[in-house]
Amino acid sequence: MPILKYIRWAAWTAVAIIAIAAGLATLGITPGSVNPGSLPLSASIGGPFNLQGPDGKRFTEKDFLGKPFGVFFGFTNCPDVCPTTMLELSNRMQELGPDADKLRLVFISVDPEQDTVEHLKKYVSNFDPRIVGLTGTPDEIADVAKKYRAVYRKVPTSTGYTMDHTATVFLMDKTGKFAGTLAYQENGESQLAKLKRLIAAN
Amino acid sequence: MSQLNRRGACRRLAATAFAAALSALPALAQHAGHGQAAPAAAAAQTAPIKVGDLVIATAWTRQPPDGARVAGGFMKITNNGKTSDRLIGGSAPFAKRFEVHEMAVVDGVMKMRELAKGLEIKPGETVELKPGGYHVMYMDITASPKAGAAVKTTLKFEKAGEVTIDVPVVAAGAGGGQQKKMHH
Repeated sequence: MPILKYIRWAAWTAVAIIAIAAGLATLGITPGSVNPGSLPLSASIGGPFNLQGPDGKRFTEKDFLGKPFGVFFGFTNCPDVCPTTMLELSNRMQELGPDADKLRLVFISVDPEQDTVEHLKKYVSNFDPRIVGLTGTPDEIADVAKKYRAVYRKVPTSTGYTMDHTATVFLMDKTGKFAGTLAYQENGESQLAKLKRLIAAN
Repeated sequence: MSQLNRRGACRRLAATAFAAALSALPALAQHAGHGQAAPAAAAAQTAPIKVGDLVIATAWTRQPPDGARVAGGFMKITNNGKTSDRLIGGSAPFAKRFEVHEMAVVDGVMKMRELAKGLEIKPGETVELKPGGYHVMYMDITASPKAGAAVKTTLKFEKAGEVTIDVPVVAAGAGGGQQKKMHH
């Protein structure tokens, strides 16, 4: 093989290695840190937001700091995951009893086009009254979703559209630091244990 | 393998380190398919309905939250015939739109797709429409059906034609309670 080919091969390999390393560094990952139980990205989940709540009130992360809180992204035209998760969260709040007041829960709409403040308020009122429903401009929603590493996407159907979205509930400590997750269809006991641990640690 | 799961497999291969880290979380390791069984109450209310070679059983829907504009419908469809059939659509008086969907949670992300070619029911097989998977979707609902009622639903099949069934409405929590038991 001509020497130039070697050099080109070596150069591209170096470029690839640097690119991967830079990518991992951006994500806060060092090689070997991706293993079960470790949360290398925990520091980067969450952050400031400014969203529209019920009754004309704006909400920022400061309205939730001081107590641990859970954040769930969804939309009211969601037939399964959202009502199921909201119902599960409501059940957990009941099971927590008085301790539920030491926890805050936020539902953030990823479909601000449909989910007006009034509509969202009506929807959220079906569930535990302590759950706050927030919406915002498309930019505000995009910003908070990015900070929580939540994804969402509008998907057209033959008669309209639906939304893909992260189905995970993000658990945050009282300082707004990522503290864990609740998964879709995780069993109730496991969810409750996590929430109790979160409350006890805060 | 369903379309969504196949896409999910590709996605996982191409997943970023972040997705890998997240999916390593035991909490996120669960995927669709751990759906709830139809609540017993609903199952008891509907006798199987025959249309052509198809039998539709245990249909149910969940009482939608106030303000919700959609509801999912669930049932089991068995094909006793010799050829495949497809659920291609339908209608319900309380919904302006009606679609056949597939849903899955892949890497913690809920994905829902309309089945453009309908839902195939192969000969000799039973397809279950259930939470976390296939469902019919009532959209732009004009009334909010309450638990204990039933909603008239017309299902349209490619070969068997149309059939109208009564779909019992169960309480919003019914699926959740059932699901809890399923895990133990």
